[in-house]
Amino acid sequence: MEAKTKDVWVFIETDEEGKARNVGLELLSPGKMMAEKQGGMLGAAVIGNHIEPAIASAGCHGADIIYAVEGEEYQQYSTDAYADAVCRLVQKYGPASMMIGATNNGRDLAPRVSCRLKTGLTADCTGLDIDEETGNVAWTRPAFGGNLMATIICPDHRPQIGTVRPGVFKKSEPQENTAEVICEDIHMDPKNIRTRVLEVINEMENDQVDLEGADIIVSGGRGVGGPEGFAPVRQLAEELGAAVGASRAAVDSGWISHSHQVGQTGKTVAPKLYIACGISGAIQHLAGMSGSKTIVAINKDPDAPIFGAADYGIVGDLFAVLPVLTEEIKKAKNR
Amino acid sequence: MMNILVCVKQVPDTTEIRIDPVSNTLIREGVPSIVNPFDGYALEAAARIKDRHPDTRIVVMSMGPEQAKSALKECLAIAADKAYLVSGRMFGGSDTLATSYILSQAVKKIQEKEAVHFDAIFCGKQAIDGDTAQVGPEIAEHLNYPQVTYGLEAEADGNLLKVKKETEDGAMIVGVRMPCVVTFTKPAFDPRYPTIKRKMAANRAEIPTLGEDEFPDIDRARIGLKGSPTHVKKTFVPQKKTGGIKIKEETDAASAKKMFQILSDAAVI
Repeated sequence: MEAKTKDVWVFIETDEEGKARNVGLELLSPGKMMAEKQGGMLGAAVIGNHIEPAIASAGCHGADIIYAVEGEEYQQYSTDAYADAVCRLVQKYGPASMMIGATNNGRDLAPRVSCRLKTGLTADCTGLDIDEETGNVAWTRPAFGGNLMATIICPDHRPQIGTVRPGVFKKSEPQENTAEVICEDIHMDPKNIRTRVLEVINEMENDQVDLEGADIIVSGGRGVGGPEGFAPVRQLAEELGAAVGASRAAVDSGWISHSHQVGQTGKTVAPKLYIACGISGAIQHLAGMSGSKTIVAINKDPDAPIFGAADYGIVGDLFAVLPVLTEEIKKAKNR
Repeated sequence: MMNILVCVKQVPDTTEIRIDPVSNTLIREGVPSIVNPFDGYALEAAARIKDRHPDTRIVVMSMGPEQAKSALKECLAIAADKAYLVSGRMFGGSDTLATSYILSQAVKKIQEKEAVHFDAIFCGKQAIDGDTAQVGPEIAEHLNYPQVTYGLEAEADGNLLKVKKETEDGAMIVGVRMPCVVTFTKPAFDPRYPTIKRKMAANRAEIPTLGEDEFPDIDRARIGLKGSPTHVKKTFVPQKKTGGIKIKEETDAASAKKMFQILSDAAVI
């Protein structure tokens, strides 16, 4: 389709309480930059049920126009209802580009939307810019397990769509909300939603882990040696109020559950501090955590590739290092 | 009786890929080709359905060059009953939109040849070389099928497929109407290995190739490089962080104390 505007849109994913998930608000920051470079407005597509909180947050974090679609059928995410709503909004208002957070739902929705609109989609971007010559969005993403970066453009089809990883961009400081809100009456008969959630299985109580939302993550790898080897890792995490992560080697050995896995076949994380204990730093692991602000590595092998990614490294035995580090932090807290 | 089509891709083993430090390019020579691990999980999910319902028929298809037949043979050795290769020059250079269009046409062609209608199409969540996670949902869109992504296991219940899927908070069971597309991620269990007997049978198996001439009605404007809306503008090797501080004091305890000092001075903790 043809773009009707120079506008840049961000899809704002909502939770079941109608609040915006972080990644959508984060994407309003680069969205603003791109809209300004292209002389367009920054639009936010907010879909859900009782979404007043999400609409307010989108306005505070920089959206110029908010396209709101509300209804009971959107209470819980479904591919059918959400893809229909997003496509109708895009067809009516014709943005030049659209960004979607690369969450599980975002990665479910985006290919469905781009395919229906017969346009291009770039997945899991970690860098965004406007190509000076052509005015196209330059989407940059890792490929080959993070061994290579590729910049992708979509020159002749609109809108240009991309999913962007959570944690790559920072939310702007909240500002005065001057956004115009346009409510669109788009509904789908629940009969036509071809999937249904039958049961929600939450993780075991004592094994809950929110890696994507954590400010600090302490991770263990092959070097912890066994399930009991995670004890000093957990103790440091507890002292720091951190989440416990793991490398694929530790998960595959059955020492800790897959929900803790960081890396290409696990979670992608970008905490303020990432402490890798006994992790060699395979490229697949680095792909999942290299966006962390500060990276600390503890490893016996001075040549371990993890040191190439780390800001600070200790060459040493994690079982000797971690208890002392934990103790120092505890002492500092009590001072 | 259930008919399942599993889509697989032959990929370079990305754990074996190295960067040439001089030219800053990927070294592909000597890198083994494997069945994309996520596609292996999709095949395992199909095989588990067949374990419970032995009259289930599993067909695998792959798009790629002639060499991709070795990946298909591996799938035959593990669990598949029949394999098809989709191969043709005009398919080369396709991005995910064009690839999924070709594959959706191939689904129809294989249904014709097999005289069946697939109840479910299983794919890996993503391929480890491209990591896009787009082709599965796009096949679903071309065929106007419902989809479930991040699947772990599946079980048929009447005309509903019950799929256990991974979520950010744990897991959920989703019922999806068949025919459908399900993409699979890594489950808690290990996929099975081929038996010697199946391996020998797979080596002898005939794998038909669906070439360009099998698709007289395909819209040529929607395939290959020309039919692909996205283009790679450039590739580069990611910059490694440099100037990291490495600590190695007399004892590990001293290293730990120094690290604490550095981190608290930098206001990281």
